[in-house]
Amino acid sequence: MSSASINPSSQSTHSASELSLVLDSISCERGERLLVKDLSLTLCSGQGVRIEGPNGSGKTTLLRVLAGLSQQYSGTVNWCGNDIRHSSSTFAADTLYIGHLAGVKALLTPLENLSWWLSLHIPSAKPIAKDKMLDALASVGLKAFAHTPCYQLSAGQQRRIALARLYLSEHRLWILDEPFTAIDAAGINALEQRISEHLMQGRMAIVTTHQTMHIPGFSSFSLDSSAADAEGNP
Amino acid sequence: MSHIPTVEPTDDPPLFAAFNALLLRDLRVYFRYRGSWLNPLIFVLMVITLFTLGIGPDPSALSTHASGIIWVVALLGIMLSLDSLFRADFDDGSLEQLLLSPQPLYLSVLAKVIAHWFITGLPIVLASPLYSLMLGIPVDVIPVLALGLLVGSGILSFIGAIGASLTVSLRSGGLLIALLTLPLYVPVIIFGSQFVQSAIEGWPLMPTFSMLLGLFIGAMVLAPLAIIGGLKLNQDV
Repeated sequence: MSSASINPSSQSTHSASELSLVLDSISCERGERLLVKDLSLTLCSGQGVRIEGPNGSGKTTLLRVLAGLSQQYSGTVNWCGNDIRHSSSTFAADTLYIGHLAGVKALLTPLENLSWWLSLHIPSAKPIAKDKMLDALASVGLKAFAHTPCYQLSAGQQRRIALARLYLSEHRLWILDEPFTAIDAAGINALEQRISEHLMQGRMAIVTTHQTMHIPGFSSFSLDSSAADAEGNP
Repeated sequence: MSHIPTVEPTDDPPLFAAFNALLLRDLRVYFRYRGSWLNPLIFVLMVITLFTLGIGPDPSALSTHASGIIWVVALLGIMLSLDSLFRADFDDGSLEQLLLSPQPLYLSVLAKVIAHWFITGLPIVLASPLYSLMLGIPVDVIPVLALGLLVGSGILSFIGAIGASLTVSLRSGGLLIALLTLPLYVPVIIFGSQFVQSAIEGWPLMPTFSMLLGLFIGAMVLAPLAIIGGLKLNQDV
């Protein structure tokens, strides 16, 4: 059993509302294996946590639980005081999840991909501003490819389309599963900067990565010790 | 272009924003891959050609079985194409993004099924005069057949989509979809071919058409709920 509690950092913040994400004795299993056991974690405005651990230690499983994709867990996840099982639509509106799969349609262009995603996740009465999407694509270095079908782009570039969402997002909680995969060094720097901006605005981020991150307000948490029954882990 | 201010809190998102976006997205994807709408249509035309070859050239023998043949073939064409309805989205991760959207899932699922019907059910309906003539159906019955198929293909799409949602995480769900949904297709086949038969025999059309319409409304209203359940279930696999 392990628990980690992170104290509110002093640098946060001027945000209007205080956010909180409280994980209370979360256990989840995949197949027959108990991957996460009795995990408790508290996250406040302006804080981020990097979840690390060897392959197969349950990082993705945990993130899918936190995003609300997987229901197979015990314990509670409270978002601003409400159990996410019961207030899933409020939680969904506050959360941005980017998983292993980019969620990019290969037959569409990057611009079209951002456009449908925006309609689903940041719905607005106003028509979607194309300039904003182009700016987001420029931020991830894909402006020149805005009208190129995605199947002509590389794996890293497709990944960048998913990451372009971060530049359009005003979600309060980011859940990013291995966001740096297939991204070059310059891209990683830009991404870290974007995440730290996000935290400065009093929002939260949960990231899994094998990279070391240099972002103020970020703490690390290892799943290794909590994977009590996981086989094959040293 | 005028300056667009940042999103105001009073911004009320239109209810159908996600519906429209997904309908447009899926139609775009389907039209960029011609096989998605051509394959079911060619399948139907080829199987009906095989029937005419198998049964022989006797027009009376063909037209006796015509309505049954057309309905079974249309059913198979739609069912086989449904395999990929959610799997493509499951594989590239856009299904996760759809499920996590704060927009009503019911409408998103409805949009996906309707987009799929546009490229499978609708072409089969539009081509119905062609294969009706191949099977020797009287010309004045063809509009009735097309109307029946129009409503019936919608039912087939909605029911088949339940099977597709349940098998979305399997590598190949084709046969399993058939086993899951064929029993549910029984009423559609019965009333669908009855509808055509009524037109051929000159019986009243309204009773069977009302049944078809009732089945369609039931399927449209209830199937998305089952589809949502199936899709969520497969996220835990």
